Amino acid sequence: MPKQIHLAAHFPGVNNTTVWSDPSSGSHIEFDSFREFAQIAERGKLDFIFLAEGLRLREQNDRIYDLDVVGRPDTFTVLAALAAVTDRIGLTGTINSTFNEPYEVARQFASLDHLSGGRAAWNVVTSWDAFTGENFRRGGFLAQGDRYDRARSFLQTATELFDSWRGDEVVADKDGGTFLADPHPGTFAHRDRFFDISGQFDVPRSPQGRPVVFQAGDSDEGRDFAAASADAIFSRHSTLEAGQAFYADVKGRLPRFGRGRDELLILPAATFVLGDTEEEAAELAQQIRLAQVSPATAIKFLEQLWNRDLSDHDPDGPLPSVDPVVGENTIARGRASVRMHRDPVATAQEWRAKAEAEHLTTRELIVEVTGRQSFVGTPQTVADTIDRYVQADASDGFILVPHITPGGMAPFVDRVVPLLQERGVFRADYEGTTLRDHLGLPLRGAGGASAVAS
Amino acid sequence: MPHPPIHLVAALDGAGWHPAAWREPGARPAELLTAGYWTDLVQEAERGLLDAVTLEDAFALQSDDPFVADDRTDRVRGRLDAVLVASRVAPTTRHIGFLPTAVVTHTEPFHLSKAIATLDYVSSGRAGVRVQVAARPDVAAHLGRRELPPVDRDAVATAPVVVELFDEAADYVEVLRRLWDSWEDDAEIRDAATGRFVDVDKLHYIDFEGRHFSVRGPSITPRPPQGQPLVAALGHAEVPWRLIGRSADLGFVTPTDAADATRLVDAVRTEQAAAGRAEETVHVFGDLLVVLDDDASAAADRLARLDEVAGAPLRSDARVFTGTPAQLADLLLEWQRAGLTGFRLRPAVLPDDLARITRDLVPELQRRGAFRTGYEAATLRGLLGLGRPANRYANA
Repeated sequence: MPKQIHLAAHFPGVNNTTVWSDPSSGSHIEFDSFREFAQIAERGKLDFIFLAEGLRLREQNDRIYDLDVVGRPDTFTVLAALAAVTDRIGLTGTINSTFNEPYEVARQFASLDHLSGGRAAWNVVTSWDAFTGENFRRGGFLAQGDRYDRARSFLQTATELFDSWRGDEVVADKDGGTFLADPHPGTFAHRDRFFDISGQFDVPRSPQGRPVVFQAGDSDEGRDFAAASADAIFSRHSTLEAGQAFYADVKGRLPRFGRGRDELLILPAATFVLGDTEEEAAELAQQIRLAQVSPATAIKFLEQLWNRDLSDHDPDGPLPSVDPVVGENTIARGRASVRMHRDPVATAQEWRAKAEAEHLTTRELIVEVTGRQSFVGTPQTVADTIDRYVQADASDGFILVPHITPGGMAPFVDRVVPLLQERGVFRADYEGTTLRDHLGLPLRGAGGASAVAS
Repeated sequence: MPHPPIHLVAALDGAGWHPAAWREPGARPAELLTAGYWTDLVQEAERGLLDAVTLEDAFALQSDDPFVADDRTDRVRGRLDAVLVASRVAPTTRHIGFLPTAVVTHTEPFHLSKAIATLDYVSSGRAGVRVQVAARPDVAAHLGRRELPPVDRDAVATAPVVVELFDEAADYVEVLRRLWDSWEDDAEIRDAATGRFVDVDKLHYIDFEGRHFSVRGPSITPRPPQGQPLVAALGHAEVPWRLIGRSADLGFVTPTDAADATRLVDAVRTEQAAAGRAEETVHVFGDLLVVLDDDASAAADRLARLDEVAGAPLRSDARVFTGTPAQLADLLLEWQRAGLTGFRLRPAVLPDDLARITRDLVPELQRRGAFRTGYEAATLRGLLGLGRPANRYANA
């Protein structure tokens, strides 16, 4: 039997992948957009929907960045409301471990899991920038070396809270007058250098016991963190070769943490463009790329690498001849992607070489080097490619990021999903009720089989 | 109408406000953590045309002792996050408002601001929040953000730590309100010509700096449909009345009789004036724990029976009313004349006493011309006669 593919829908984010200028683009805030997005994904029997999070509006050149979608609602609140208008689809929220405390996050996820009948998932992210911290009591700063340590401790602590109720405490026996079988349910105590808390957790065990846990880190430390503690990885490696390398690496780490290969799913983010012919799809993909990279956006991207004000630069001319400013990025703030430019001078040289060789303007170069679509083709070739990648262990499926809100998943759901179903590699209907059921993941912790790896 | 209309809020908590409520035949104690249970209750309240529901919450298990956790196994224990319950139920209703409880002592105002703004979007303008201070040291130990000293049981209302936590709560509400206004209503412009999604001149840093925290802003969530969702608080003493007077749109108080109701309303008005808000509408609602039945003796018998099952007489910070819906209507109108503009009714047993409110009390009040016969406004502010406020930052 071929591997079964897992598919999810990422609500379009506050970056230039999302084309807000398209006539069919709707609100990113109104609940109707979320309802429509989730219902389309559920129509396609997708595993889950995914919400990202950012806790400070981005800035560039000391001004709020205004070229992309700006603003979003609260993750937990939207997911709880979506539980009312969907039945089966999983509800994954990105929640920061830096600007929250384990007790509040654990009770929010446990509550969401109860209120959705076992469909909650948590994409654990960490942040350490003082810029975002200015919105919070806690402030933001974490020493570089503490990032994963604190995130690990946060997840461990939250897991202890989820597991603090075994699941058999509430008996609610009206006749006998016994509500609780245990006079001290939810008892916990956790002490380390990040968290020193104790008492009783107040949300009884939820249907999934623990929410499904996603992790997105890509560094060596991040991969170990995921291999030890996560149920799924939200990765960036959507090409065949890079995907296979990442997949082999991370799955290879699992035995070290006493876990089997099927206990951690690898789900890269991916974009798609569909056409009736390959040519039509390629043409459409190019149009979308140009909409995603306006002349003004091209300059902003340039500034993010160059780390200097280039507002006078001509987007239709060649790349700047000056070199990037090396060191802390002071031009773009609240943007995780700038950290991926580890050696900006070298990257700039690569970009110049490419632009000269291919006779590209600045904007054309940015179109080429940022955010090319993952899957471009007819529904048939896209279905083929996705299946081939999954069967070749480049991933266990994909988290699809459409470029239009809220209807962007509809072409995929209506045209690609049926082809995958025909092949027998994607469910024809939901078989279980919880997200762990959809993902084929075991229950973990107090009521389940597998203990926490620490 | 012979009377100005009375506003009614149903206070929902567990199986009801009597500790033996969960053992009643109609109770659903095994479903207290399900969406269906809360949906049914709120829809019942909406059938009765109530203004809103409140949902209790705390960062701790329920306890018979307000100062510390207990180890009772014969009471309802365990609950869900109130904001998320409200959000889960909101799309299944159309008119009724939501006032989930949020603990402000241990949470981030930035998070709560966007959560309530989002509840306002999800409910199309029916959101508010009941803010609550948590002074218990054992609750503080759950969060680990701060340590709190034990409070003298006999001097809670004036304990220095309580005074300080209420001052902090006022700062917290100020931050909520500034963040709700940090986007002007027309900040999203989607200007294709310039490629700008927002007009950054209509987004505002709030730059709040207080003794306890500072918050830069702006919110990540645009201004909610009501502009300012409702802020409510419960108070039994001067310090919380000051919070109501300074910060709230709606205060809940616990009068013992009509004269006491007048005294409490005056106390809130005094604080309101001291805060320079004399011209603003601040509703003061009376809290009552209600046991309703067809005749007064049946109601009294029911309470006696519940007390016997619970093993102790009912203790309540709010007056316990036993009687008929008509008698309750008499009392509400009397207390309304004493200065209250509405009531928060705590049903002793759910759903029984809630159904008595919606199916008997409401028609009784309607017959007397003292309660709405249909929802007259689309937002919670509208139901409470509050306009949509101007943005403090517009034209600034």
